[in-house]
Amino acid sequence: MAEKKRRDTVRRSMPKQDDFERRKNFAEVALGYTEELARGEAARCLNCKKAPCVSGCPVNIDIPFFVKAIVDGDFAAGVRQIKKTNALPAICGRVCPQEEQCEIKCVVGRRGSPVAIGRLERYLADWEATQAKIEKPRLARKTGRKVVIVGAGPAGITVANDLCLLGHDVTIYEALHEPGGVLTYGIPEFRLPKAIVNREVKYIESLGAKLVLDFVVGKTRTVDNLLEEFDAMFIATGAGLPWFLGIPGENLNGVYSANEYLTRVNLMKGFLFPDFDTPIKRPANVIVIGGGNVAMDSARTAVRLGADEVHIVYRRGREELPAREEEVENAEEEGVIFDLLTLPVKLVGNEQGWVSGMECLKMELGEPDDSGRRRPVPIEGSEFHMPADAVVVSIGNSPNPLIAATTPGLDIGRKDNISTDDNGRTSRHNIWAAGDVVTGAATVISAMGAARTAAQAMHEYLTNLT
Amino acid sequence: MYKVIERKMIVPNLHELTIEAPAVAASVQAGNFVVLRPDDRGERTPLSVADWDREAGTVTSIFMQVGASTAKLAQLQPGDTIPTFSGPLGRETVIDNFGTVLCVGGCYGIGSIYPVARALKRAGNRVCTLVEARSSYLLYWQDRLRQVSDSYFNITRDGTVGVKGHVSALPDIMQEAGLKPDRVIVNGCTFMMMRVSEITRPLGWKTVVNMNPIMIDGTGMCGVCRLSVAGETKFACVDGPDFDGHEVDWREFLARRKSYLPEEVAPLRKSGCGH
Ligand SMILES: Cc1cc2nc3c(=O)[nH]c(=O)nc-3n(C[C@H](O)[C@H](O)[C@H](O)COP(=O)(O)OP(=O)(O)OC[C@H]3O[C@@H](n4cnc5c(N)ncnc54)[C@H](O)[C@@H]3O)c2cc1C
Ligand code: SF4
Ligand code: FES
Repeated sequence: MAEKKRRDTVRRSMPKQDDFERRKNFAEVALGYTEELARGEAARCLNCKKAPCVSGCPVNIDIPFFVKAIVDGDFAAGVRQIKKTNALPAICGRVCPQEEQCEIKCVVGRRGSPVAIGRLERYLADWEATQAKIEKPRLARKTGRKVVIVGAGPAGITVANDLCLLGHDVTIYEALHEPGGVLTYGIPEFRLPKAIVNREVKYIESLGAKLVLDFVVGKTRTVDNLLEEFDAMFIATGAGLPWFLGIPGENLNGVYSANEYLTRVNLMKGFLFPDFDTPIKRPANVIVIGGGNVAMDSARTAVRLGADEVHIVYRRGREELPAREEEVENAEEEGVIFDLLTLPVKLVGNEQGWVSGMECLKMELGEPDDSGRRRPVPIEGSEFHMPADAVVVSIGNSPNPLIAATTPGLDIGRKDNISTDDNGRTSRHNIWAAGDVVTGAATVISAMGAARTAAQAMHEYLTNLT
Repeated sequence: MYKVIERKMIVPNLHELTIEAPAVAASVQAGNFVVLRPDDRGERTPLSVADWDREAGTVTSIFMQVGASTAKLAQLQPGDTIPTFSGPLGRETVIDNFGTVLCVGGCYGIGSIYPVARALKRAGNRVCTLVEARSSYLLYWQDRLRQVSDSYFNITRDGTVGVKGHVSALPDIMQEAGLKPDRVIVNGCTFMMMRVSEITRPLGWKTVVNMNPIMIDGTGMCGVCRLSVAGETKFACVDGPDFDGHEVDWREFLARRKSYLPEEVAPLRKSGCGH
């Protein structure tokens, strides 16, 4: 046994769609483990007593337990265990940065590659989806307390899940015509199929949560107006306001925020135009500015829309790319060209007001800055021109100020983030908030982790209400 | 799902659409817009609000049939439902007692200027309304507008009713009537709002325009609605849609509005308003 484990130092790779084939379709790239691969990979786990991986997980899933369940072939037990702390395993198994959370801490990783915890989580969630009947946990007795959740992204869904289980009456208001937040309008189909998001939302609804779409809190009704009907509120409106660079030419036609670009494709199904009515351009030469997951998603979307050349322009080096390594590799495999240490200075247009190219400067890495990353500095005289007929600006988002502006007494911090205490409570006694609206653009799992903490605090508050 | 209460063509190519949406009807104000989708495959389409009935819970818009989604809207019958009706979006038009206010409406804006004029009248202004159209058969809602206006004028291109010409006749009309506006508010197609702004600039008449860029979400999430105002980028859906017409970069705005023209089924400019 010990003998076998020593040899098995390499994690099972996950089957993927062929590099070339997938450039032409929007179907999911990573295909998931087969049962054989999952059980083989799970067998690499040492089932540590004090499992360090668990402490790396923002929602502290009992990882060794569910991995062992896979080894034993008791998948239902594995799913049950995960769902105790994570309402969205099929999503987290796909989009969490496991390599810097649980997997980085895995003991096996010290002598080889760590156990592929994310892929195993995904395996279990996908297994559950194929079952005729989804197990539902027991709901607590109705408390009669009414909670309103603003925003149906991962943070909102998590609180809905937890508070429904605790017997509260939950209503979610969502501004868009589909729930899911960034999972629906941002992350593309080829990375996170929308059927999965819909399934998770259906599940929350089956627990009793009511979902109201097309409802913009702060506009349709204000926070205070809603609170006349509800005992407590949870704000999970995300960080949806796109930043632009503030360089000349940014309002030329063919210059998009990543939000617009991805929304046209994901939410509005622009890639199916004219079957769906929302148009999307299919330019030949696309530049994506930025180096995060959002930039990778935009670039890979451009590839699928048939661009001849797609460039990622990022002002720092490859090491500094904030995107997950896996996403960078996927983009490279699909032919995306990385122009690193490159600073956009100006967008140039043609007579009709369409973008035709971008002027850039080459950068070099200087001294480390506050974030510990080496600061890029422009090289004098290094100006050069890149042709482009579309430019996607993907340099970040901040929270939408709409609710803040219409809610007196709600403290707002830097960059329009809602300020909260450690339990997610805002400056208003019956309003909590979590997710990107508090932290600024972050991750699905950090939004969910903070949401769970807030749900617990809200439960205490609701229980003590007289 | 939102119920269609009424949909009728009121003049060639312009439709009046009334939807049951109590939450929107309860809070809508002059200058707001809504975003709707005709069906599950439709675009999110922004429409200015032209009227509402808080008690009945209904909201009315006037829309011009231009592309695939408005073609679908133009097919709606009472009793049908649409999947999306979101609002009220955008900031409302600033209403105050300004003194004398000139309200200018053209094409769908003849409808959306109506609640503006009504609110201004209630706020104690002397309201002067001017409507521009290519010909008399393209005018609508004149009775409603007259009811909330102290004076009312028509300009038609062919002179079939009112003054013959186009909005450039505006200063003459005002002078003849002995009126000097403290504020001008314009709703309608881009070209007309731009023309009015050009005309009023040398006269120093403050001019508010209700901008109508391409939009998707209408909540500040996508940035497609951005425009330059006094050299700064603004999102029309959350910072507007009302802006100072003398500060808008019209050239850029017109270019951005045309960006999806080749994809639109029907050309945007071949419309009833003649611009
Ligand atoms: C393209 C892209 C790729 C990403 N990739 C990853 C990844 O691989 N891994 C990862 O962990 N994270 C990723 N992220 C980040 C992750 O998606 C977010 O951190 C997460 O979704 C935040 O969740 P949330 O619930 O706080 O907000 P959101 O998901 O933003 O949801 C907020 C919801 O609130 C709604 N809303 C906003 N204002 C109102 C209002 N006034 N009234 C009603 N509803 C309102 C919005 O419409 C939205 O549906 C990615 C983000 C993007 C944009
Ligand atoms: S640290 Fe690695 S080996 Fe240990 S329990 Fe976690 S996954 Fe298994
Ligand atoms: S319409 Fe998307 S930001 Fe204004």
